[in-house]
Amino acid sequence: MKAPRVLIPVALGTNRDHDLAEAFTLAGAEPMSVPLTVLRSGEVSMDDFQVLALPGGFSYGDALGAGRLLGLDLANWFGDQLRQAIAADKPVIGICNGFQALVSAGILPGGDAAAVLSTNTPPPGLHEPRFECRWVTIGADRANPSPWLSTLTEPIRCPVAHGEGQFVSADLASLEARGGIALRYLDGAVSAAGAVSAAGAYPANPNGSVGDVAGITDQTGLVLGLMPHPENHIRDHQDPLRGRSAASGNCLPLFEAGVAAAI
Amino acid sequence: MIRDVKFTVGPATVYAAGSPVVNTAADFGIDVSEIAELRVVHVRGDLNEVEWKQLADALLGEGDSGASLAQWWQPAGLAIDRTSGGTEPNASAAPGDRVVVVETGLRPGVTDREGAEFVRSARQLRYAVEAAAIGRRFLVSAADLDDVGLATLAARVLHNEVIERWSVGELAAAFIDDADTAPEVALVALRGLDEVGLAAVNRGRRLGLDPQEMIVIRDHFDSIDRDPTDAELETIAQTWSEHCAHKTFRASISVVDQNGDEVESVDGLLSSYLRAATDELDAPWVRSAFVDNAGIVAFDDDFDIALKAETHNHPSALEPFGGANTGVGGVVRDILGVSAKPIALSDILCFGPTDLDTASLPDGVLHPRRVRNGVIAGVGDYGNKIGVPNIAGAIVHDPAYTTTPLVFAGCIGLLPHGSNPTNAQPGDHIVVLGGAVGRDGVGGATFSSQTMQAATADAAGSSVQIGDPIVEKGLIDVVLAARDAKLYTAITDCGAGGLSSAVGEMAEVLGAEIDLALVPRKYVGLAPWEVWLSEAQERMVIAVPDAEPVLALAKRWSVGAAVIGRFTGDHKIVVTDGSASVIDITCDFLHGGRPRRHMTATVPDVSRPSRTSVDVDVAEMTLALLSHPSIRSNEAVLRTYDHEIQGGTVVRPFGGVAGDGPADGTTTIPQGTSGKTALVVGIGVNAVLGRIDPEAMAWHVVDEAVRNAVIGGADPHQLSLLDNFAWGNPTDPHTLGGLVAAVRGCRDASLAFKAPFVSGKDSLYNVFVDAAGQPDPVAPTLVLTAVGLCHNPAAVPLTGLVSGGNEIWFVGPLRGALGGSHLDQVLGIDNGGAVPPADPSAVGRHHQMAAAIAAGLVHSAHDPSEGGLAVAVAEWALGGRLGVDLDLVDDLEVLFGEGSGRYLVEVAPEDSSAFEAMVPTSARIGAVIAKPEVRLGSTVIDLDQIVDAYTNGVLP
Repeated sequence: MKAPRVLIPVALGTNRDHDLAEAFTLAGAEPMSVPLTVLRSGEVSMDDFQVLALPGGFSYGDALGAGRLLGLDLANWFGDQLRQAIAADKPVIGICNGFQALVSAGILPGGDAAAVLSTNTPPPGLHEPRFECRWVTIGADRANPSPWLSTLTEPIRCPVAHGEGQFVSADLASLEARGGIALRYLDGAVSAAGAVSAAGAYPANPNGSVGDVAGITDQTGLVLGLMPHPENHIRDHQDPLRGRSAASGNCLPLFEAGVAAAI
Repeated sequence: MIRDVKFTVGPATVYAAGSPVVNTAADFGIDVSEIAELRVVHVRGDLNEVEWKQLADALLGEGDSGASLAQWWQPAGLAIDRTSGGTEPNASAAPGDRVVVVETGLRPGVTDREGAEFVRSARQLRYAVEAAAIGRRFLVSAADLDDVGLATLAARVLHNEVIERWSVGELAAAFIDDADTAPEVALVALRGLDEVGLAAVNRGRRLGLDPQEMIVIRDHFDSIDRDPTDAELETIAQTWSEHCAHKTFRASISVVDQNGDEVESVDGLLSSYLRAATDELDAPWVRSAFVDNAGIVAFDDDFDIALKAETHNHPSALEPFGGANTGVGGVVRDILGVSAKPIALSDILCFGPTDLDTASLPDGVLHPRRVRNGVIAGVGDYGNKIGVPNIAGAIVHDPAYTTTPLVFAGCIGLLPHGSNPTNAQPGDHIVVLGGAVGRDGVGGATFSSQTMQAATADAAGSSVQIGDPIVEKGLIDVVLAARDAKLYTAITDCGAGGLSSAVGEMAEVLGAEIDLALVPRKYVGLAPWEVWLSEAQERMVIAVPDAEPVLALAKRWSVGAAVIGRFTGDHKIVVTDGSASVIDITCDFLHGGRPRRHMTATVPDVSRPSRTSVDVDVAEMTLALLSHPSIRSNEAVLRTYDHEIQGGTVVRPFGGVAGDGPADGTTTIPQGTSGKTALVVGIGVNAVLGRIDPEAMAWHVVDEAVRNAVIGGADPHQLSLLDNFAWGNPTDPHTLGGLVAAVRGCRDASLAFKAPFVSGKDSLYNVFVDAAGQPDPVAPTLVLTAVGLCHNPAAVPLTGLVSGGNEIWFVGPLRGALGGSHLDQVLGIDNGGAVPPADPSAVGRHHQMAAAIAAGLVHSAHDPSEGGLAVAVAEWALGGRLGVDLDLVDDLEVLFGEGSGRYLVEVAPEDSSAFEAMVPTSARIGAVIAKPEVRLGSTVIDLDQIVDAYTNGVLP
């Protein structure tokens, strides 16, 4: 079977495209990073790909809010293509800045639900929001049927690296009811396997997200957005707890699930 | 109709009582209840009322999709309907408070990425917007705030005059006025001037040249029968500056003893010490050393790595965020300048005490807390945005850094072996990639080669800039794509001196002609010499046989590019601005005409009184040392740096069970390599020893970097070194004497360790001269970076203790030295005594230790450095959340002494004899225990107390 092709759009300031490409390569897909200028010119078309993956970074320098101007690009220039892709059952993932852009463009959470990704809640005792880079444990919400989550029977571990990742939504209950919560932060300080609810507490929940929400899906389940970076834990040597914990929480199965859904 | 409209954007960031902003105001005697900060966007455009509102909704509001967190509105008194955006919140003033509005805005021309993106996006939405500028609006609530207090608050806390304007109440929009007419080339009358006249020109134009150099320049132009143009004179000053020409490191130095008798003549510190050691070692892994933007060493069969560390001290003292920001940007371009992909960053920061009494702060000096916050934010902002992990660093606090804070930024790059071309040909086009030129950053190289004065902030404003990391990220993409497609024949970065330096260096052999009219500019009105010398950031210069492919590539990545001239082969630098002649100077004179400096250095007196005994409570002292500003946890800082991007990080600066245990060396497996080889970075720095015995300090610092690298898994048979000296005014013989001694220590250590220096950077004239003319020199500081390779990444020791029941071994002499120790710093005395001596026997211990690690015998290890064994054991226990039982005598030299070639090692009982056989210089001193307490002989300290002390006042 031919490996699915993964489109990774790159805006000015996108910077985790190589990491994402590496994860999809390891997961058996054929990723291709394409500058937005090239996508807009029509030289490369979304139609030629089976997966769309929006990487992390600081598109347009986070000007006017993280992911905001990339979201504007998505809505203005690629809205129709995106809708067609989803209608054609193509999996879409947005990580960190890609998630922020999908939310800003109104693609996530989708439907009537509203949400934003706001500046991180300051850690206890600090007064100002700040960029936060640390490893977290996240677990898939069992009520969510998204194909992206089909392999995640155990919690996974990976870093967050963002300043605007606080998930805020007045529609949390309705999102939960429709199975739209994909991933939640867990307290898995030593062992991913023994992780328990983060209960909103820093640092397990690194940004103050309501309901410990780390990722959500749209109504179809095909579009997954999340703040943490599973693409940075696809090899065992990347794990800061290597040599200390039996269950490492490697994130490669997430990408394998997405690739499988595209075949 | 074109008009200026101002929007204010919420939600407000509120600084309440207890926040750093309010505390800092209080330090300056200004009591405020609260400060709320809003963002301001000034926009100039030709829109109707409806369009203005649509535009603001589209770019500043949350629109329909969100939970209405962001709001926009217009300040009172302007015509547009305010209803969609809501209204400005009332500052939550306490009863009796009054609220004062202070607004700030960037000075026109300062890099404003957000403003530029506003314009780009607005035009994409088809709105006729001409310009936009970002500012801030502060609502200050206070019971009693007079005009003087308000001015102090604005100047010391809310804004920085180097890059910003401010006003009480509304601040009018300020856009660059494009209507200026450009100044023309001017001649500077040098011929016929005597030394007094030359000195006046030198001072007036802030050239920073030596008197002898001014004479040589005058005589040169005398010989060609004309006066120099302003551009020629400035170009020579930049090229001959300390920053670019390293004239102290190249000077002939007469070293004299305390009686003034010559004891040695040094024929250039660089050539006879540092480079001489590298030449003598002739290490097979060194691909290039000291010749290019960065040193290059072998990595594996396919790849090389490029190494560079830079200083950015003067700009960081004036504008901490921008100075540190552009410092990172500069060192990244050095790596890009040898065609390497930047894969790791390091930062070593030296600040004054953050609790310094503001009353003792000289005029013209920013408070150390403000410097620290700004520098850390600047380092994080740039690294995070360009997507290069920050994997190593240190923060040192000492009163000697109050007036002259130091910022060292390092970068490592990866390049396929042999992929950095250096063969520009006559006829090749000169292409500049990246941003456009403005008046910002004019004169940086000469500025950084002079001492700082109380009034420097006013005069040097234009030397300091804000970086634009997003542009640099694009540059990386374009350069690497152009490299892989073999589109260029030579490359260099545009750093200090701008085009004058970049083109000047590239054309040193061939010569070049440039038309400044082709250089992209931010605005008109720049004098030709300003275009030529502007240090506008985020630019690279490449030589290309064929311009079209590279211009197309740049367009694809949304990066600016322009052909500005060509290499000629006539050994001259000829610059025009359209038809006007700007520069016509021979490469010979520019690069070979500088008269060599002759300097005098006095051998430092390193005699020390012997120590007197002090009574110390070991538990109390251990905890006090763990809270020492240079020892306590910097984890909170590291968390604001992305240390994970590019997926290569194996050992992070902090690790262990809870991610808060300090590591020693840090280890990275670069993305896209085989995974069989890792690179390891170790760093050494010491703020105190350089003032006592610079030569011993240098050795000590090299050893610390090597120890750290070994614990990170590096093979000590294949280390490469980078030196960064930050010193005072070298024309003072005592200051230069210390520098000579330190460089000699580096040379000796390099030869003993068989570790060559491959690149380095000296920063001199780190002296603050106060308003009364009193000089305050920096603590002489050497930052040493050791980079090594690890051939068995799976065997790298963990950070923090691993398992109860394991044995603890100590490698090297158990007793350290207390002279210049952190123990004395905590005691607040210089209690005399010997400093850690140069110890060549350490070399063997490093090799033994590395062999034991490679054999998989070492579960974890830690370096007893600042604070000695007691502190290291406490940090180690904290990392593993385990206890330690050590059989030690209560001896200060054992517990708190510092020295070279020493390690703490965790070994499994079954590996005990194998370890002892491999590391015969070791001794078993105790065991890891499950109970969370550290037993140092008769002293017992709870692990909880250790965690508290180490993270004291430092948030997670």
